[in-house]
Amino acid sequence: MSETGADWPLYEVFLRGKRGLNHVHVGSLHAADPQMALHHARDLYTRRNEGVSIWVVASGDITASSPDEKDPFFAPSGDKVYRHPTFYEIPDDVPHM
Amino acid sequence: MTITTEPDRPGLETHFDETIAHDRRIEPRDWMPDKYRATMIRQIAQHAHSEIIGMQPEGNWITRAPSLRRKAILLAKVQDEAGHGMYLYSAAETLGAARGDLTEKLISGRQKYSSIFNYPTLTYADVGVIGWLVDGAAICNQVPLCRSSFGPYARAMIRICKEESFHQRQGYELLMTMMRGTGAQREMVQDATNRYWWPSLMMFGPPDTDSPNTEQSMKWGVKRHTNDELRQRFVDMTVPQADKLGVSLPDPDLRWNEASGHYDFGPVDWDEFKAVVAGNGPCNAQRVAHRKAAHDEGAWVREAALAHAAKARAGKEQAT
Repeated sequence: MSETGADWPLYEVFLRGKRGLNHVHVGSLHAADPQMALHHARDLYTRRNEGVSIWVVASGDITASSPDEKDPFFAPSGDKVYRHPTFYEIPDDVPHM
Repeated sequence: MTITTEPDRPGLETHFDETIAHDRRIEPRDWMPDKYRATMIRQIAQHAHSEIIGMQPEGNWITRAPSLRRKAILLAKVQDEAGHGMYLYSAAETLGAARGDLTEKLISGRQKYSSIFNYPTLTYADVGVIGWLVDGAAICNQVPLCRSSFGPYARAMIRICKEESFHQRQGYELLMTMMRGTGAQREMVQDATNRYWWPSLMMFGPPDTDSPNTEQSMKWGVKRHTNDELRQRFVDMTVPQADKLGVSLPDPDLRWNEASGHYDFGPVDWDEFKAVVAGNGPCNAQRVAHRKAAHDEGAWVREAALAHAAKARAGKEQAT
């Protein structure tokens, strides 16, 4: 991603909507440092009580898998149907299974 | 994250086309045709710029809103517009656009924003009418964009649409309050309606017969309805609201058409629209100059914050 002039670095923002839920990615913003990123994230992404906890991560620090779903990266799980409970045939009259 | 456009291999293009055909979302690091990327950047940037410039007409009335309650509402609304601009710039940046470039293109006139914000806000009733008509038209335009084929744009639009509903309702409530007031207040509402009705219809863009990009945009799922379809939907929604409010809409040809099940309305002045888009509206120069001044005058703050961050980092490294 090209940087022009004095653009502040980009941070990705993750919000926990309420207790008991995971943090979820909601977007990004620019800030001079992580503390400022947190304050901006509060002002930008929680104006209506959307969060009880915020994570900010410098975008450049994220390592991501290739997005293509056909990517061989995910192939190892593709042929292991026996990892799913539906793979196993159990008679209907076996209780609590 | 680095974003690269790989060579246009048939397999990639087929995968892109299939994703669109199945109404699935394109995500930032997927391969996409260069033209799709450019179209999305242009569409999202123009939308972001509109939100940012859109702060000005209403911001004009914050200090003069008639009560603390109205001031607080207007402040929250203008703050939301800033937020919407930020969500959208963030979506554009996932495509490889740089924030500084986008701002530069706005203040140098190389990228556009919605023509509606080039009209002045002459009275406080304009604040109400902007909420009712301008935000109402924006909602009509934006609800289908929640299903845009580009994931980050669609997700930003979902957030924005939720917040726009407050904008429209506060505007209509403001107008209802004024309509219950004095004769002079009712006149202000009618005058504001008269000035903003036609520019609001122009917000949907040129007629379908004069909209060359619509077909490709519909195919790509970055546009879900044509300009004329959305304009008609807006008119049908708004006429009964005007009746309820007790104002008339300034169009002698406006009438219910039993056969079509829609309201017929008179011709839009497309020459005026073209003039405003070309930069000759009442406030074009003022809007861009104001944005440029804010950017220029904020330069030292951006630099100082960076210097402070660098110094704090250096201090930390020394301590460890």
